[in-house]
Formats: sequence, structure tokens, C-alpha cells
Amino acid sequence: MVKLKKYNGFLKLFVIFLTLFFITSCSQKNYNLTKIEGKQLPITEKEAETPAMENFIKPYRDHINKDLDSILAYCPENLDKSTGKWQTSIGNLLADVCIERGNIVFKAREKKSIDLCFLNHGGIRAILPKGNVTTRTAYEIMPFENNLVVIALKGQQILEMTSYIIKEKKPHPLSGMTFTIAKDNTAKNILIQGKPLDVNKVYYVATNDYLANGGDSMTFFAKGVEKFDLNYKLRNVLIDYFKSVDTIPVAKDIRITEE
Amino acid sequence: MKRREFIEKTAASTALLSLGLSLSSFETNDIKHLTILHTNDVHSHIDPFPADDPRNPNKGGVSRRAALIETIRQENPNVLLLDAGDIFQGTPYFNYYGGELEFKLMSMMKYDASTIGNHDFDNGLDGLYAQMPHASFEFICSNYDFKNTVMNGLVKPYKIFNKNGIKVGVFGLGIELAGLVDKQNYKETVYNDPVEIAQDMTQLLKKEEKCDLVICLSHIGYKYKDDASKICDLKLAELTQDIDLIIGGHTHTFLDKPTVVKNKAGQDVLVNQVGCYGINLGRIDFYFDKDKAHSNQGRSIVV
Repeated sequence: MVKLKKYNGFLKLFVIFLTLFFITSCSQKNYNLTKIEGKQLPITEKEAETPAMENFIKPYRDHINKDLDSILAYCPENLDKSTGKWQTSIGNLLADVCIERGNIVFKAREKKSIDLCFLNHGGIRAILPKGNVTTRTAYEIMPFENNLVVIALKGQQILEMTSYIIKEKKPHPLSGMTFTIAKDNTAKNILIQGKPLDVNKVYYVATNDYLANGGDSMTFFAKGVEKFDLNYKLRNVLIDYFKSVDTIPVAKDIRITEE
Repeated sequence: MKRREFIEKTAASTALLSLGLSLSSFETNDIKHLTILHTNDVHSHIDPFPADDPRNPNKGGVSRRAALIETIRQENPNVLLLDAGDIFQGTPYFNYYGGELEFKLMSMMKYDASTIGNHDFDNGLDGLYAQMPHASFEFICSNYDFKNTVMNGLVKPYKIFNKNGIKVGVFGLGIELAGLVDKQNYKETVYNDPVEIAQDMTQLLKKEEKCDLVICLSHIGYKYKDDASKICDLKLAELTQDIDLIIGGHTHTFLDKPTVVKNKAGQDVLVNQVGCYGINLGRIDFYFDKDKAHSNQGRSIVV
């Protein structure tokens, strides 16, 4: 009995100790943040490659390269956006192609046809070089994901468009319309699909969604009375066109002349 | 009798002694080291830039990034690997495969989480949804409400990672979609104010969940020179408290080193971003201990 009592007393002490131990050390105490080190690690050719990753990527890369490098058409000369004051061979081609391919969708969906196409010079991102034309060429010329849209514009806004062109002094791609810049820097002899501009008429103008939303300060597009998104990427317009022709025609006709 | 008592006492005191010893060792040697690795705006750049690239020759490449990450994991297995959005769009890999390869490679590198960038909507909500099975990491965004979209339930407002005893709370912030992303692509996704959401998130993660570290994965942009009123990472850091680190994206900002900003409570917040296209990997190392003497002490920041 005496022995057991002694033992109990000891056990009591032990329990108190354990309790204290848990309270002081194992209670949920947060960590203190003491030091932070930050640096930027450049990823260069000095870094080894990971064979497992390389092997995983390879079939994807091979498929893309095979597809991008497949030959779609032939281009007889370099089409460059930097040669031409008011129009360029590549700009003419792009605007022509947008009407041709866009009309396939627009006529089927809306039973209407596109009157003219107006794009931005800055949107042409590469030259169309002489030789074989591939899908990669289309990606280089049109890397953006812009859609072809048709805006219904009144004749008055077409006039604003000509003022914009004259003010900008850039060979913006244009098709379906011709005009002359008079000595007083206004547009005259404006012809759309060969007919004189009627300021009260509504014209269907093809462009890309970036410009239609006011990009490059093309504010006249915001005054459109109707908008049709053709859900057709400009790059795909180009790819489909390349597939449909054997040799790219070189359109050197003059659309904007100076008096 | 005496002998038995002696043995009992000895055994008990040995136990006490060993407990005491383990207690002291528990307190002094418990230093935790957490390594945060991060990328932003990789934009489908899987292959390195070619040697003749005018701007970034021979830079980047997923396979090299994977090797670097693996080397760091060998040094310190306690790694949290994060991305601040805009995984998609920029090379034909995205045009051809819609982001499948990007997600698969990030999963192979064991990314823990990413937030959602504006370009991640480029193939619409359906396009993003279609790639979700290829991602083994979390998507975290607190201020986009996807409730009425196909993405409902697939993006978490926050996540708490337990990294070797360190509680790391991560929340995410996305940029305003109207005017930046086509409505057709984001549909009924609701954008909520980043500052208000950040305040809710820090209250939850720091005060209620008692996280040791709170990280904001942001795609709102580092700073806007031309629009000082627009919310950005630097302003977010100043206007809030209890965020330890903001990992940013969107503005493709290259910083020589992380920026240190004083928050609303006068504490230091780190804001970092590593440019774009997988050219750099950000690395932030955090060291923690349980020494009570350090609890009220300022943290040293070496950048």
C-alpha cells in the first residue's frame, strides 16, 4: 500500500510534467518567417535538356513542322509591304483575298455580298517571299488570331475612311474601292465596285475585328449600322486561299492615285 | 522493495530526461526552408528561341526549365512551383493543340498551381475546359466567378499547401475582362474587385487559417504608367495587408530583382515577375523557425 501511494504521487508529478510539456512545446505555434532570398534564374543553353521532356515534345513538334512546311502554292516574286506609297502588292493581295474568301461565308449566311475591304498596313507582319508558299508563311504574315468581320457602313463613313487614309499616308490594304487624292487633300472620283459613292447607301466593308473595335484609331467603324462576325480567322482566310491557287497573282493595279 | 523503487525512479527520471532533451532539440534545430519557383506569361513557348532570334537568342525552353527545376528539387525538395497565367497563345503549339501540350508539360514538371490569364480564354471557356483533363495542377483565381459557366468548380478561390509543416495559403487575382477579352470567350464569368477580394482572402488565410505564408498569384499586371488609376500589383501591395509575396504577370515585366513594397500595416511585401516566354525562372527562398525570440523581429530580405 505504502509503495503504491508513493508511486501514485510520482505518477501525478509525471502527468503534470507531460501536460506542461504539451502546452509549452507542442501547442500549435506558428512559424516565424526570418529570412527571404529572391533571385531570377535565366534559362539559357547552359541548362541541360531533359530527355524525357524532349521525347515527349518531339512528336508534337514534328507534326507541326510537317504541316507548317507543307507547300500550298508558288509565289512568282517578293510581295513586300514596304514598296509602295498608297498601295502595295501584298496589301492588294490580302484585301482581294478577304473579299473572295469572306464572300463565301457572307453570301451563304447573310445572302449579301462584300463591297470593299479595308485593313491596316501594320497588320501585315512579314513579306510573302518568292518561291514556295507554306502554312508557315501564313503564320508569319498573320500571327494574330483576328477574325474577319463585315461592318455595314453608310457612305458618309466611307468618306471618313478616305480622310483617314489621306491623313495617315500609309498604304493600307484596300480592295473593291478606288479614289483619287485631289490637290486639296480630299478624296474624289470615289468608286465602289466600279460605281460612284452614294453617301446615303449602306456598304458592306470587310475588315478585322481589331480594327472594327476601333484599333489604330479607325473610329469610323464604330459608326457602323450592323456588324457580322464571320468567325473566320484572317490567317485561315490566307491558308485557304493559298490552298485554292497554284501561283499567287501579283496585283499591281493602282487603287489610290494622286492628282 | 528498495531495489524495485530505485528502478522505477530511475526509469521515470530517464524518461523525463530524454523528454527534456528532445524538447530542447525540437526548439533549437527546427528551421524550415521553403523554395518558391515561378513563371508567368509563358505563352506556349515550348521550344527555346532560335539562335538567330533578334531579341531572345537561345533563351527559354521547357526542357531546360524542367532540368533547372529538377536540380533545385535535389537541393531542397520543399518546393512550391507556381505560374501566374497566360499559359496559352503565342506559338503554333497553341494553334494546333489548344494548350494540351502546355498543360501536359507543366504537369510533368509538377507545377502545384496556376492562376488564369486573359489569354487563357483565347479558345473560349469551352477551349479552356477541354484542356482541364491534361492538368494535374490546381487553377486558383479568387476574383473570377465561374459559377454560371462550364468552368464552375474547376477553379479554386484559394488553396492551402502544407509544405513540410509550413502552411502556405495561395489565392489568385485575374485582370478585368471587359474590353480585353472578347465577351464570346468569357461569357458569364464575373470579374470582382481585386482589392476587396484580396482583403477577404488574407482575412481567411492569415487570420482564420493561420497560414505561415500568404502568396497572391496575380495576373493584374505590375504597373501601368499611362493609367495610374488602374489596379496593379504595386498598388495591391500598398492597399492590403498580410500578403507576403505577390507573383505577378500580364505586363511581361522584367525586373532585376523582386520589388519590396510597404503594405497598409507598414510591413514588407515582395512583388515579383519574371518577364515572359519562359526566359526566366523566379526563385524566392523563405526560411522559418519557431524561436519565440524571432516572432516580433523584422525579417531580413536579401534580394
